Amino acid sequence: MMDSNTPEPAAQPEQDGRRSFIKQAGGLLGLALAPPLISQAERLTAMSKKVEGVTEMRLKVNGTVRTMQAEPRVTLLDALRERLDLTGTKKGCDHGQCGACTVLVDGKRVNSCLTLAVMVQNKEITTVEGLAKGEELHPLQQAFIDHDGFQCGYCTPGQLMSGVACLKEGHAKTDDSVREWMSGNLCRCGAYPNIVAAIRQVEQSGFKG
Amino acid sequence: MDTEPKFFETNPTAGVVGKPLNRVDGRDKVMGRAKYAAEYNNLPGLAHAVIKTSDVAKGRITGFDTTAAMKQPGVLAILTYQNIPKLAKTPNDADGKKAIGAPMGYLPLTDDQIHYAGQPVAVVVADTLERAQYAAALLKVQVAADKPIASYEDPKAQLFDPEKIQDGKADGHVKRGDAQAAFAAAPVQLTHKYTHAINHHSPMEPGATTAHWEAPDRLTIYESTQGVTRTQKSVSTMLGLSAEQVRVVTKYLGGGFGCKGSAWPHTILTVQAAKAVGRPVKLALTRPQMFTGMGHREDQTQTLRLGATKDGKLTALIHEKTSTTSPWDNYAESNSKIINMLYECPTFEASYQLARANVMTSTFTRAPGEAPGSFAIESSMDDLAYQLGIDPIEIRLRNYAEKDPTNGHPWSSKSLKQCYARGAELFGWSKRNPKNGATRDGRLLVGWGMATASYPVHNSQGTARARLYADGHAVVQSGATDLGTGTYTVMTQVACDALGLPMDKVRFELGDTKLPTAPNSGGSVAAGTVSSSVYMAVQDLWQKLIKVAVLDKKSPLYRAKIADVEAKAGRLQLKSDPKKGEGFADLMKRADMSDVEGNGQGRYGSGYEDAQAAANADQSKKDEAAHHSMHSFGAHFCEVKVDPDLGTVRVTRWVSVHGAGRILNAKTARSQIIGGSIFGIGAALMEGTVRDQHFSRYTNASLADYHIPVNADIPEMTVEFIDEHDPHINAMGVKGIGEISMVGVSAAVANAVFHATGKRVRELPLTPEKILGAKAV
Repeated sequence: MMDSNTPEPAAQPEQDGRRSFIKQAGGLLGLALAPPLISQAERLTAMSKKVEGVTEMRLKVNGTVRTMQAEPRVTLLDALRERLDLTGTKKGCDHGQCGACTVLVDGKRVNSCLTLAVMVQNKEITTVEGLAKGEELHPLQQAFIDHDGFQCGYCTPGQLMSGVACLKEGHAKTDDSVREWMSGNLCRCGAYPNIVAAIRQVEQSGFKG
Repeated sequence: MDTEPKFFETNPTAGVVGKPLNRVDGRDKVMGRAKYAAEYNNLPGLAHAVIKTSDVAKGRITGFDTTAAMKQPGVLAILTYQNIPKLAKTPNDADGKKAIGAPMGYLPLTDDQIHYAGQPVAVVVADTLERAQYAAALLKVQVAADKPIASYEDPKAQLFDPEKIQDGKADGHVKRGDAQAAFAAAPVQLTHKYTHAINHHSPMEPGATTAHWEAPDRLTIYESTQGVTRTQKSVSTMLGLSAEQVRVVTKYLGGGFGCKGSAWPHTILTVQAAKAVGRPVKLALTRPQMFTGMGHREDQTQTLRLGATKDGKLTALIHEKTSTTSPWDNYAESNSKIINMLYECPTFEASYQLARANVMTSTFTRAPGEAPGSFAIESSMDDLAYQLGIDPIEIRLRNYAEKDPTNGHPWSSKSLKQCYARGAELFGWSKRNPKNGATRDGRLLVGWGMATASYPVHNSQGTARARLYADGHAVVQSGATDLGTGTYTVMTQVACDALGLPMDKVRFELGDTKLPTAPNSGGSVAAGTVSSSVYMAVQDLWQKLIKVAVLDKKSPLYRAKIADVEAKAGRLQLKSDPKKGEGFADLMKRADMSDVEGNGQGRYGSGYEDAQAAANADQSKKDEAAHHSMHSFGAHFCEVKVDPDLGTVRVTRWVSVHGAGRILNAKTARSQIIGGSIFGIGAALMEGTVRDQHFSRYTNASLADYHIPVNADIPEMTVEFIDEHDPHINAMGVKGIGEISMVGVSAAVANAVFHATGKRVRELPLTPEKILGAKAV
């Protein structure tokens, strides 16, 4: 069902979170990002209800609908961390450069810092807090522990969400493929070889997302 | 310290210590439950602060226009030097800086002066983050700009001799023998210049502070710091409060690498902002602010002159370093230390030159001095080997230092020869073609390089508390921090072995000034100092129980001499007749003790071997005050593949072997060595912050433009440790591995590039244009 606050995405989001953001933002904000988008943007702007000031928003996070009061400029990342107290999702750069804020939106990995909360109402948002079933860890969480896929733990939620998506996308079939498709998630402690090992182990165990 | 118990003696075969156990905090980290400094959301009325920084690097603030910003809904305060609550003390004078332990001799928002680009000029507080950010954008700051000096390379820069560097902790001049004469007389002479780009620590968690005034004279701050005690001292001194009125909490820390080793301006600004608005305030630096908010590794040039005999024996080393410092401080990494001690060489001379520029003060960055210093010496050693046609390992063995060349002290332990041998074996070094540019993989040039690593055991001490409950569980505490290094885990392991309890019966707590005092996690001291403190705390607890046992008529140890009783695996028993004794539970039950508590002080480095000598030694001489020289040693081996057309370098294989005393956890230790090596590969191949020479502003202050290694840059890596039993360094025999992991790394990479291409590049990072532009030797 279409929410009146949420314009229809300009196109099906691609797997690359950044590109899909730009298309959606182009639609929502009518930014003149690229000439072919303008007419589409105008069309969508005309269709959209103007949202201003603090309004009620509903986000479906980890299977639960949460309501909050926020302005339309609030990013999904800040909505999660500052409004819903879901601080598992991390802010490393706030510019889509480090991947620490990666969450799944309708199963696809996106940088939540480049996503406005208002855009993802009525979508399924999964954060690191939603990976485990109660106290039973997701196989990738356990593999990260077993392979020591982290040190400080700050990039870890983003690595895990990207890793889960990477497995589902079919990009975890070789070590090199994992290295490539996990390169949007920076780890300054340098746990990369262990992250590769963890994702590959889950892949080889036959786990299917 | 022979009278103190040692882990080697009480636990001749370790239980869980050393085992590759999973991290005890792993579950919290993978479930998103680990709380970092900016994640304490449930404080009453929590407000958000953002810092407004200066775009110009030098000038004077002539006014503020706050009209538009103040009109924004939710804005609580706009603080500038004109209205921010005053401090009792600032670091702006030498006494204040020393009392505070400040990293920088200037605190922003204390006057109208602008000294560096990115300097905070205002703090905006609002009820939400977005409102604070927007108001800060609307705030207008009028500035009379001046022309800045950007670095020591600026024609306007004036070089000076600082006499002392690193805040007086290291000598600016070191002389051993007559190095100039020895160099002049040397049959082989090498003179080379090495430059090192500005590097930024760039931990994934930006610096962050949440400040909560619980009463007018009682403050709690949740801080992203490597040392809660140092932060407590800094903040309380600036506020004019006594230490215990300020509580600092750091349960989790998203990396630090040195930049979180001191209290930087944003911390006190947040505290002042919270005071001003009468509400708890949270502030996190933005990523660009991380490049001007918490220090950096300074831009620097080293000139190394190396004299040697024709069979490759060193006769002279002369080292000069020129680097940029801030308008207030004489900070330079002490590169010369490692060059002085790494090889047997009869003469040595070092000096430093600094130039003041409009930059903030640089600060310790992982292996401060050792990392860039090792790049110079280990590149030159490789040159020497090449010039004389000697294998790079062999040249190092010919100059192997059997004792510390700087002072003649014996080493407390040194396994460097084993590191070379094992590393070479794991890497397949014997198959190396000695000719440069002669190994190919298709069209790619293949190079193999190696380098030596070393890092000192710095003098340090700390305390811990252990409480053992009669039901067989324990809580152990020390106000240490865990940067991701594994402190939570390894301290739990040490406590378990000392107590004779399984891992699930012991909880280790850290990161709070309410706990016993521990040193900063920095300089690789935490593992050795805190583990020894934990071990000693448990020994204290056993002594208390032994005193109870020998007075207890029902105990098998009744009337035994205290000195004749030992604690082994949770059992108190006679040393001479171990069958005679009992477990702690029975004893405590009879004595009606619910728990027993022990306190311990752990000493690390020279202070362990000779506490008095270390205490009385001059600041710059503390590490060598005892009878042994204490260092970790290791070797890195690297394979690179270089694209001859593009000049791109990829590291394709890596082997590190280290001798670093007792390794507390084989899994987390391996991770740390891998991590340090990756940090070093970043410095070698891609990291460099560029300061615009006209405006003295960084042109690449973001993680998109300041490149750190990504997953695809890193191959599988092999790490091993040489088993070392060092009785001189601390009760646990631990040296620490946080920094040695990156020492020598950039040289190993550069040496591999030299082997691959025949091109010697001495300017870090080794980016493609430098490699394409260099001429083969």
